[in-house]
Amino acid sequence: MSNSTAPIVIIGSGLAGYNLAKELRKLDAEQSLLMITGDDGRSYSKPMLSTGYGKGKTADELAMNTAAGMADQLNMTVRTNTRVTAIDVAAHTVSINDETVEYSKLVLAWGAEAVGPRIEGGAEDRVFSINDLEDYAAFRAVADGKKRVLIMGAGLIGCEFANDMTAGGFECEIVAPCDQTFPTLLPAPAASAVQAGLEGIGVKFHLGPLVSRIERDGEGVIATLDNGDTIQADVVVSAIGLRPRTQLAADAGIKVNHGIVADRLLQTSAEDVYTLGDCAEVEGRVLLYVLPLMASARALAKTLTGTPTEVSYGVMPVSVKTPACPVVVSPPPAGDAAGRWIVEQEGNDVQAEFRNEAGDLLGYALTGAKVANKVALNKELPAIMP
Amino acid sequence: MKKWECVVCGWIYDEEAGAPEEGIPPGTRWEDVPDDFICPDCGVGKEDFEMVEI
Repeated sequence: MSNSTAPIVIIGSGLAGYNLAKELRKLDAEQSLLMITGDDGRSYSKPMLSTGYGKGKTADELAMNTAAGMADQLNMTVRTNTRVTAIDVAAHTVSINDETVEYSKLVLAWGAEAVGPRIEGGAEDRVFSINDLEDYAAFRAVADGKKRVLIMGAGLIGCEFANDMTAGGFECEIVAPCDQTFPTLLPAPAASAVQAGLEGIGVKFHLGPLVSRIERDGEGVIATLDNGDTIQADVVVSAIGLRPRTQLAADAGIKVNHGIVADRLLQTSAEDVYTLGDCAEVEGRVLLYVLPLMASARALAKTLTGTPTEVSYGVMPVSVKTPACPVVVSPPPAGDAAGRWIVEQEGNDVQAEFRNEAGDLLGYALTGAKVANKVALNKELPAIMP
Repeated sequence: MKKWECVVCGWIYDEEAGAPEEGIPPGTRWEDVPDDFICPDCGVGKEDFEMVEI
């Protein structure tokens, strides 16, 4: 049963959780709000984890506020280092071990988790995933002062880290079992341009093989690839992918697919349970970026304060933080996109337009100096979810 | 003329250049940018920008 005197409970203290709380407070100063987070609850921007070295910022400097500061600013309660262990959608409660907490509305904003590599060799403690501020702090505590970083994964995060860590003085090598960078995001000419840009600042690529074994080697590691090559490094970063966290929702009987399934009101299959951000699959779309998250936070704040509001996604290009070769991409819609890439290229400046037979623009990828053309192309693109 | 950085994604608003593509003419001071302005790269609001020296 819904208990309207119980708080709105938000699980998660990332950009989704805090921006929803901010938007809610703009509309309702009194509504009781409780945030529950497994982290220390500091407010920070996840995309900035990709530019920490280049900007000379430590984990502490990337934190914009403490949990207590945010609680004070937003007139809410924030329970830190606290994991929700179960959700009872019929009773409108969440469990924290033996404790039961009532909610009037529940928002799942707990994000995505890094896919963990399955690697033999016994050096797991030297392999880092950097998926939140605490991960970043742990990585910096070990990596600062060292020299050689092996990065597993050549996608957006792997390439951003390679660029940033190179700016921070590291020698970076990327290993990934694919034949290009950004295998799911960029057409080949654009991917090659980014690779060339990163190679130009000293990043080494090993595309094709998989890291099959990582062993301790003095203070560092020695990685064996499945083509027999070996790479010595001081520390390893795993950036092989992200997947929405869904297990706790699935355990509660909430419908999940790739992410937690939501309609355009961001409502899940359970009454009074909503979701947004990297854990959400909104009308079939899992978009692990800030722009959709912010649109969702604004719409959901209205819905939760009594004005049901569907979220709209406009044109949402992704800017990749690789200053060695800047990239802006608006991927063509998956699945039903019949069309082809039309590519113009001058060196590492690539303009790739994905057009259907009628000539309509459905997506684009721009690198180098061509990123300036995004403004004109954005005007031509259809909204992702009008 | 000053520059302002989005604290969420790093996008820079340069008062001198404005943001013509967002309808903000060159030379517009940050205080004169409309309150409902949102970052073109990540969508956060004006309150999530801070002044930077570059």
